[in-house]
Amino acid sequence: MDQILTNTGYLFQYPVLNLAFIIDGIMIGSLFALAAYGLALVWGVMNVKNLAQGDFVIAGGYCSWWLVKTGWLQSIGLSDNAVALLGVPIAFVVMWGIGWMTYKLIITRVIERDLFTSLLATFGLAIMMAQILNLMFGSDTQSLQLDYKTYSFAGGFINLPMAKVIGTCMAAGLAVAVIIFMKRSRMGQAIRATAQDSRAARVMGIDTEKVYAFTFSLNAAICGAAGAIIVMVWVIQPFYGITYSVRAFVIVTAAGLGNLPGVIAAGLGIGAAEQYGAHIFGIGYQQAIAVTLLLIVLFFRLLQQRRKRQALN
Amino acid sequence: MSKNWILYIALLAITVAAPFLFPSYTAFLATLWLFIVVAQAWDMTGGQMGYNSLGNIFFYGTGMYAGAVFAIGLYYNVGEWTDASRSEIFSFTAGQYYTGMVVGIIGAGLFCGLCALIIGPLFFGLRGPYFAIGTLGLAIAAGEIVSNIEWLGGGQGISMPHSPLHPDFEKVLIYFLFAGLGVVLFIFCKWFYSTRFGAAINAIRDDEEKAEAMGIHTLRYKTITWAISAVFVGAAGAVSAFQLIHFEPLETAYQTINLGIFMVVCVLLGGKGTLWGPVIGAILFHVFKEVTWNYFLGGQWVALGLLIVIIVVFFQDGLMGYLKHRRPEWFGIKVESKDKEAAA
Repeated sequence: MDQILTNTGYLFQYPVLNLAFIIDGIMIGSLFALAAYGLALVWGVMNVKNLAQGDFVIAGGYCSWWLVKTGWLQSIGLSDNAVALLGVPIAFVVMWGIGWMTYKLIITRVIERDLFTSLLATFGLAIMMAQILNLMFGSDTQSLQLDYKTYSFAGGFINLPMAKVIGTCMAAGLAVAVIIFMKRSRMGQAIRATAQDSRAARVMGIDTEKVYAFTFSLNAAICGAAGAIIVMVWVIQPFYGITYSVRAFVIVTAAGLGNLPGVIAAGLGIGAAEQYGAHIFGIGYQQAIAVTLLLIVLFFRLLQQRRKRQALN
Repeated sequence: MSKNWILYIALLAITVAAPFLFPSYTAFLATLWLFIVVAQAWDMTGGQMGYNSLGNIFFYGTGMYAGAVFAIGLYYNVGEWTDASRSEIFSFTAGQYYTGMVVGIIGAGLFCGLCALIIGPLFFGLRGPYFAIGTLGLAIAAGEIVSNIEWLGGGQGISMPHSPLHPDFEKVLIYFLFAGLGVVLFIFCKWFYSTRFGAAINAIRDDEEKAEAMGIHTLRYKTITWAISAVFVGAAGAVSAFQLIHFEPLETAYQTINLGIFMVVCVLLGGKGTLWGPVIGAILFHVFKEVTWNYFLGGQWVALGLLIVIIVVFFQDGLMGYLKHRRPEWFGIKVESKDKEAAA
């Protein structure tokens, strides 16, 4: 308890700490927002709640990590940093393939079923993916040590590693690309039409099966790219997936479906909230905070609904 | 009816005789009964009431910790006990051990029931997938938080007192505790589903709005049902604590992806919303699990994940659902035969 009070005291004693936490929170939060956007997409279009979301993120991270470690691309003269950056689009493509396979094998069979079915099926998928990654890469935490510069401000309180800045910019770039794609392209229009009313979309000649497969692959690819960015700056481990899934659920539940600015704001917010929580309660509580936030958001939404005498479903 | 009684007595006789007939499988059979208890308890809310919880493992873990705290707390300070962690300063006499065990198991059950009564009103506003995700979050959060509480041993967990019995006899004792719990739960469920209360929770599953319109106080029924199932899961958790001797929070007590998901899969495999489904499902699943554990070592988790996906996607009605579909007359459902239909 004293620890908590002292830690909270530091925040007021050194106001610049707040700035450091917010910057860090925004950087990691932008990646949470990406995974959450993918979840909202799949949820909204095909009404599947994907609990394997976090495992796609981790799988993308391992994809990029493995690419750097095996050293094939280094042998043709690329530096580690360049390979890590190249790992992001490669993870995007690889996870696209894995997402497509997952869709064809599993997801396509659960779309028309009740929601618990898709939840449990993807939970089984999550266990399977985590274990396959564990068998392939071992259970140690992994990270890429890239030799980018770190800039320090405000007497060492704010550390700004270049890798984090690059990662955040890539996340933002990917988000913008996806948004433009959804707004402008023919496929993006078809996806939005299917989300609004899949039956009407079919009547209008949209091949909804194709749209579903495309959406799920796109979701897996976005997650994979986010994972490849995460491994550049933070650590990954085969069993970290579930916390990313939980965070994605927190964000989507808080923001609601189809509310893109809300997803981004909630993503950045949960990033910052976790930084503050880890500082105040200690680093051991970081996972607990992510999950507790989910419960808080659920109950808050519940209270909102209860005022309208409705349940959250 | 008399035929059924013979069946039940025969099963009871097998239950009692099993650990003496197959002494080397006693631990396996004890775990099997644990699976039956948690699966049957999950089915009370999941199958009969339509609230699919992914976080019933919360009660299992809480029961484990509550059992340990009650048993140790009777005689010693729990904080000092976990600090010393299994040193010989603290010792339990045989009398103390058994008193602690009884108090621990009953106390853990009641404590978990109380937990369910408190959190029930919060969670039962959540419907369908939100309920599943919310309870899953509860279980994960509880595990993470408990692993940070030093008084409960933190991430190291708690070591239980040494048993005064020879390990072989201890195994048999644990087996009978689990089996007793399972038999009591089964008889209770058989009675419970035939009461008005059982009919009410089935009505909630079929259409909650209509049930409420018919004057059923749904929240009260839901919370009480969850609390009853929590009592049994919590007691089973406390027995597990005595069985395992040492347990830690994330992998053993709040084992979200092991037992937490297994209990759901057992029920789905056997058939949701039936009395025998969870029992049969637990037996099938446990045997499958042990076989994969022995023969696919390393890949066993992948095999289990695959099994979950396959069951959920292709075989969701479970064995009982399949039989009900193919042999409705076994369940007392009369079907007009096709010839009669054609004649009419």
